Amino acid sequence: MTTRYAFYPGCTLHSTGVEFGASTDLVCHVLDVDLVEIPDWNCCGASSAHSIDETLFLALPARNIAQAQQVGLDDPASSSELSLAIPCAACYSRLAAADLALRQDEAFRARMESALDFEYQARVRPRNLLDIMANDFSQEVLRAKVLKPLEGLKVVTYYGCLLIRPPQYTQHWDDPEHPQTMDHIVELMGAEAVPWSYGVDCCGGSLTLNRSDVVVHLVDGLAQAAHEAGADAFVTACPMCMANVDGRQLYRGGPPLPRPPKPDYEPLPIFYFTELMALAYGQPMKKVLARHLVDPRPLLKRLGLV
Amino acid sequence: MKPDLTFSEQVSDLSHQNVRRCYYCLRCTAGCPAAYAMEYTPAQILRLVQLGQKDTLLSSSAIWLCIGCETCGTRCPNEIHAGAVIDALRQLAIAEGVAPAEAKVFKLHKAFLDSIRTWGRLHELTMLMEYKLASLDLFSDLDMGLDMFIKGKIHPLPKRIKGVDEVKKLFEMRD
Repeated sequence: MTTRYAFYPGCTLHSTGVEFGASTDLVCHVLDVDLVEIPDWNCCGASSAHSIDETLFLALPARNIAQAQQVGLDDPASSSELSLAIPCAACYSRLAAADLALRQDEAFRARMESALDFEYQARVRPRNLLDIMANDFSQEVLRAKVLKPLEGLKVVTYYGCLLIRPPQYTQHWDDPEHPQTMDHIVELMGAEAVPWSYGVDCCGGSLTLNRSDVVVHLVDGLAQAAHEAGADAFVTACPMCMANVDGRQLYRGGPPLPRPPKPDYEPLPIFYFTELMALAYGQPMKKVLARHLVDPRPLLKRLGLV
Repeated sequence: MKPDLTFSEQVSDLSHQNVRRCYYCLRCTAGCPAAYAMEYTPAQILRLVQLGQKDTLLSSSAIWLCIGCETCGTRCPNEIHAGAVIDALRQLAIAEGVAPAEAKVFKLHKAFLDSIRTWGRLHELTMLMEYKLASLDLFSDLDMGLDMFIKGKIHPLPKRIKGVDEVKKLFEMRD
């Protein structure tokens, strides 16, 4: 039976996070999930709105909640609550923050309803795609579609920041200090999630262009820890983590900042968890894998997985 | 330095955080990924707010280096989100016309919001062009940008959403 979700792709899913968008489509096809994109959505404001503007921080994502209310799914259950699937960790956090404010802050709700000419119905529930994949589908269903188990692939699961915290927004769908959902999915796909202590550490987020020295410092710490843990690759659920870990192991930033030295470790590929699912489900991933900055194909070839 | 006696309350109001509850356990600072690069750590920032040290904080580089990763807010035993406090400090710095100590960080945020105002969504290429011209940081990361462009991760042309006027209205709500 087809399962339907409202869908907020966010700006990166067709640009810098193109692998996330493409692999999400493939996985949803296999699992018979229909993602209904909300009409004419706008950018959630990402890291920039809350950093410098108190109003836009919640107003930009609030418009997307209003837009999502227009999605009608042919599912009787959806009249009570509409799960809004959001792959990007930052978009998810912003929309969850806006929905919480619309629910709890009457003055804010009134301001938004008047500015956007809508009536807040409190029935859209912003949810991260990882939450949906790990918690709405049984182990049996997820495992049944595996054609090519990812045997021999050792990964560290990298949750990062806004995916699992703060708990006011996430409502604990996974533990903010010791998350497990991505480990669970990776292992169902036949790969091994090796233990490490850096899964909830931050990659440096939006400082990547203007203080690349900070991001290089953080990414080097992550990559060294992943090597020490014996991993061949990272797994993420966030386009920003992907851009930073994928990009900053190779491209070190500067000038005018002093360019940090080349890494003294072998750069490790990083996958979206949906890419590993699509690979295990035997989906055509050749074009998707070709778009990474740290090429993951030599590793996958060595393990006989492509 | 002479304290500004209303500052602590002003920051608490704007951030919706009760800054007075901080008893300086330093969990925020211990977990902060950017603390090593800040001249005042998150706990010190909260302390300086308590002590009314407005000028010191608004002109600091530290308030621009917070990444917003929410480690501090998740771990604080008093449920203070230092990240929200720092957001409020940046917003006050802008409102009071204090030049951002990390000018490039501010300029990137501004270019990002300008992109949303113009198109409704982020368009990376035009946003980066605006940022680079504004910051005169013309030559960094051209190598990475080119690699991403070749791999089809940066679109050459922007697209405007239909509801861009509605988005503009949200920007105007600020004034």
